[in-house]
Amino acid sequence: MEITPPVIMTEFFDAVQNIPLIRYALLAGIVSSLTFGVVGSFVVTRRIGYIAAAIAHSILGGIGAAIYFSRVYEIPWLTPMMGAVIAALLSAFVIGWVSLRAGEREDTIIGAIWAFGMASGLLFIHYAPGKAVSLESFIFGNILLTSRSDVIATVTLGAIILVLVGLFYHKLVAVCFDEEFARLRGVSSDAYYLLLLAITAISMVLMVRVAGIILSLALLVLPAATASRFSRKLWVIILVSIGLTFLYNTGGLALSFELDVPTGPFIVLVASLVYGLSFLLKRLVK
Amino acid sequence: MSLATCVPLLRRSGKLAEFHSTLFGDSLNPVESADIVVSEGLCFGYGRQLVLEDVSFSIPEGESLCMIGPNGGGKSTLLKLMLGLLEPNRGSLSLFGKPADEACKQVGYVPQAVRFDPLFPITAIDIVLMGRLDRHRFGFYSKQCREVSLQALTEVGLEEFANRPFSDLSGGQRQRVLIARALACEPELLLLDEPTANIDLSVEEQFIETLASLKEKMTILMVTHDLDLISEIGDSVLCVNHRVHRHSLPLSGETIREIYSGVRRVEHDRRARHVHGDHSACDHD
Repeated sequence: MEITPPVIMTEFFDAVQNIPLIRYALLAGIVSSLTFGVVGSFVVTRRIGYIAAAIAHSILGGIGAAIYFSRVYEIPWLTPMMGAVIAALLSAFVIGWVSLRAGEREDTIIGAIWAFGMASGLLFIHYAPGKAVSLESFIFGNILLTSRSDVIATVTLGAIILVLVGLFYHKLVAVCFDEEFARLRGVSSDAYYLLLLAITAISMVLMVRVAGIILSLALLVLPAATASRFSRKLWVIILVSIGLTFLYNTGGLALSFELDVPTGPFIVLVASLVYGLSFLLKRLVK
Repeated sequence: MSLATCVPLLRRSGKLAEFHSTLFGDSLNPVESADIVVSEGLCFGYGRQLVLEDVSFSIPEGESLCMIGPNGGGKSTLLKLMLGLLEPNRGSLSLFGKPADEACKQVGYVPQAVRFDPLFPITAIDIVLMGRLDRHRFGFYSKQCREVSLQALTEVGLEEFANRPFSDLSGGQRQRVLIARALACEPELLLLDEPTANIDLSVEEQFIETLASLKEKMTILMVTHDLDLISEIGDSVLCVNHRVHRHSLPLSGETIREIYSGVRRVEHDRRARHVHGDHSACDHD
């Protein structure tokens, strides 16, 4: 017997079969839910959500610079994606270095990077020659603009992150929990903290693709925050966040396509609602 | 602190005091092989202000030494120096004949449990396993690491709590998990920072028993204000206030009262009483 999908979804399933763009978007959503679930759990656990947000905003600076320099100096390999990765890593290291060494308040430098990234990005894009760049897809994201090379980048960067976390899981957890004790056991705590920030930075680049600069933080943090309301074990939180992110990405894509609403905001709205409901549910369970 | 709590202290026969009145330029003294910790003329300050000045003492193997002194007197700083987290400005501090930062693998450190994020999602056994981090490269912990860690949890009486989240444990249990983590390092020297500071009186006795059993196996140095703990565990007392002075146990009741009344006064009015390591309240030479 053939299983027929619900009538309301037929349009989406047709699109998946016939439109490559939808297929790429779906693939990117599925693969990135693994990465986002893992990294989001660490970000929530270590309470560095605001660092992730600052990195997300600095990405616009990288995108703008990449567009500007590739057009002015005709460097074809300097893609916006590459600019985004460089800017994200750079700001992660600056924030990390400042909080570890320079003795400046962390929130101050977070605010500075946040605004600097946006400002420089806007200026670069303003002065870039050639056809006008639409800011909207960077700021609010558009998973439907995912191209084949985006999927390849998502899979590669995602794989790197997962391998790194897999190899150094216990050290990362130890450094998050008690950085001083880890150092006494011969773990270079500073290096692992920077590694965590770098992983977060790369995730934010992938995230901006899906949900945009402003909404990406929600998609990183909300699934892990929801999961950690129900479990006090990190690996459980990670698995639940992966599951939730997968549901949000694929379900959000399908529903937004059916209902013809912008995907990023729709996904974030659903994630926020579920997080809100988790408070209610927890109260009911108790 | 009533005098009654001091009574066990008087009963207890302490080890011989090894008072090393090592002074300036005394660094030619041969290091005794039985001394695990040797500090000579150590000075340390954050910025210009010296927190510790001319600190000289030693800890022989197997001794249990309690560090007491007013807040801001330099106890935590001295602990950090011994862990190798800070470097002395002048003088020397060696553990097991090595500089402190090279000896940290032989040291088990127990910080205060209140310092930790109570919402951090982690189980007791996973915390204890952190004691094995130096024997772990990547991936999973080895079977041997798991066995040692479970053994360490058993030693502090928490084996059935191994898979409980840290946040579900009581203050005393959390502190014992941290002791188990230090034991999983298989240390020769155990450093504890106010282990009973946040423990209910009802479980304190049990907690002291745990420490007393450890005292037979290793050298212990702890920062504490707890007179019960000092009387049960301590062999001698190191009074830290800018400079240090060692007291052997048993102390006379008078001395304890004077030290502690001094400490108490110092907490209220440090400037007036204990300026520049004034140990006038302490009864020693």
